[in-house]
Amino acid sequence: MKLRHLIWKELWQRPTPMLTSLLAVTLGVTALVAIQNITVFSERKIAGDMESLGANVLVLPPSVTLQDYYGADMHGHTMPEEYVTRLALARLPGVENLAPKLCVEADVDTIPVTLTGILPKSEFQAKASWQGLGMLGNAVGSDRGCCATAADTGQADNDPNSLATTRTIAELGDRDVILGRDLASQLGAKTGDTLPLLGEDFTVLTVLPSTGTIDDGRMFAHLHSVQDLSGAGPVVNVIEIMACCEDAAGGLITNLSAELPETRIVTIAQVVQTQVAVNGLMSRLSWVFLSILLLVGGASIASVMYANVTERRKEIGTLMAIGASRNFVTQMFLGKAAILGLAGGAAGFIVGTIVAAVLGPQLLGIHVRPMPMLLGVGMASATIVAVVASLLPARRAAGLDPCLVFNDA
Amino acid sequence: MYQLSSVTQTYERRGQIVTALDNADLTIPDNDFIAIVGPSGSGKTTLLSVLGGMLAPSTGDVMLDGQSLYDLSVEERTALRGQKIGFVFQSFNLISWLTARENVQIPLMLSGKTAKQQEERAMEMLDRVGLSDRTDHRPSEMSQGQQQRVALARTLANDPQIILADEPTGNLDSETRQQVMNYLNEFHQDGRTIVMVTHDADTAAFAHRTIRLVAGVTHEVSMARAA
Ligand SMILES: Nc1ncnc2c1ncn2[C@@H]1O[C@H](COP(=O)(O)OP(=O)(O)OP(=O)(O)O)[C@@H](O)[C@H]1O
Ligand SMILES: [Mg+2]
Repeated sequence: MKLRHLIWKELWQRPTPMLTSLLAVTLGVTALVAIQNITVFSERKIAGDMESLGANVLVLPPSVTLQDYYGADMHGHTMPEEYVTRLALARLPGVENLAPKLCVEADVDTIPVTLTGILPKSEFQAKASWQGLGMLGNAVGSDRGCCATAADTGQADNDPNSLATTRTIAELGDRDVILGRDLASQLGAKTGDTLPLLGEDFTVLTVLPSTGTIDDGRMFAHLHSVQDLSGAGPVVNVIEIMACCEDAAGGLITNLSAELPETRIVTIAQVVQTQVAVNGLMSRLSWVFLSILLLVGGASIASVMYANVTERRKEIGTLMAIGASRNFVTQMFLGKAAILGLAGGAAGFIVGTIVAAVLGPQLLGIHVRPMPMLLGVGMASATIVAVVASLLPARRAAGLDPCLVFNDA
Repeated sequence: MYQLSSVTQTYERRGQIVTALDNADLTIPDNDFIAIVGPSGSGKTTLLSVLGGMLAPSTGDVMLDGQSLYDLSVEERTALRGQKIGFVFQSFNLISWLTARENVQIPLMLSGKTAKQQEERAMEMLDRVGLSDRTDHRPSEMSQGQQQRVALARTLANDPQIILADEPTGNLDSETRQQVMNYLNEFHQDGRTIVMVTHDADTAAFAHRTIRLVAGVTHEVSMARAA
């Protein structure tokens, strides 16, 4: 038998008050872990967006505000499709490709789905007026968006899965539909299946690989099919412009505004700005939560520890009478506090990570993974608080007069 | 061997001074068996606490084997107590959430024995008090007499030279009282010094010597024969 066995056995005698006293500490760590986890992964997603889409520009109907680039078409406001033609004809330098989108709500066998109309590149090719725009031979919008090299062109572009990475697709039939990964599993559909949509039968051309964005939860069909079948008419929600980064930074925005004064032109940096600010605020707040809850938690641990010392007076006196030093008694209580702190920190980490895993996709459309660093921070802060809160109770225990063993009840 | 010279212990409570031990002189040679009797509040427990190194007297000297007990630091006295002195309490003072064996292991753990040594010694001691079949029982699952025997096994674990007992039979019926006293008598015959506080004349009769305390003053009563 060792001191730690003694602590462990005693802890399980009456664990309830001790574990309850941990609640605030655990909550504090939970809040920290959940918020930090979400903000860190949100930050990473933003960085990723900036990297892969950094040069891209969105043309939106005025009065639309955006928080998520991938949700740029999901706001219900529309503008004429004619703008696409106008942009194409303007031949603005730096514009690599144009991707107009129209988003409508539909049902597949009573399951509500988000159907997005997109325009394949073949459509542009069909329009002679767009020839020479310089975009047709290039893989567009991929990687950093910097004017694509010849190496990027070719086969990959003809793969319908390129929609997931390059956000454009070469060919798309009138009655073809492309499914996001999550939606496909929800519908139980696979490539080649036929789905009833807006009163017509559509064939699943492909299921996109998972992207970690809201694109995983929607389906894509030909823009003109969507326009016709939904009765929306020749309108779009957004025009995504794949641009060369150098040009996007420079005059492209000004040129676009001049060309389409009745729209709102937004860069990725502007889209993510709000989220960056929110993240910063949340991150700071999470430390405030942690501090407040740790203070409250410390107080409740201290009071439960005091009660524990009081109710164990005779036991402590007996231990001292049979040779336990003050140091031993102190360690007995601080050891217990340390165990509680570690447990509270670990529990907070687990709960916080679960909360982040559940809320991350719902709130921000991001997938989070556990962050071991937060486990360290959570356990360390909870343990320090528990031990510090128990210093005075432990001191009181060590200072008990062993003579009290004789005061028989 | 204990030598107490002019030991006075006073308590102050609410402005009143209580003299629990009044200028006590007492010599307890090795292997003595001594009963301390006296009315309630006469200072018996106080004397035992002083002998146990747990209560520094207001004035006077307490020598144990030529060493002035209260010139040692608290930690040194605690260590000394662990080695040399065993206690027996009226209400046994077993730790309720530990088994009989674990209770006996505690003093062994405190004196730094390995887990194996602790277990072997604890089993040996429980066997000695006739409880080898109760080693995994908790105190609440045992009779009063059995609990006191576990406490005796714990007292004996580190093989103390001195046993200080405060009303060891106070909570026991006459039969188990007899049993416990027989064990104490055995421990005395092993060569240990026993100082026992008791109210009970029959219990006191086991001792060689009886000291009567009245209002903190010691009186030698008689030199009885061991039963
Ligand atoms: N911690 C204390 N503070 C104040 N007074 C005390 C304290 N301990 C004992 N006393 C007083 O000292 C006197 C002797 O007490 P002690 O406990 O030694 O008596 P006792 O002989 O053991 O009595 P009993 O037979 O009832 O156990 C009593 O008057 C008691 O009230
Ligand atoms: Mg007493």
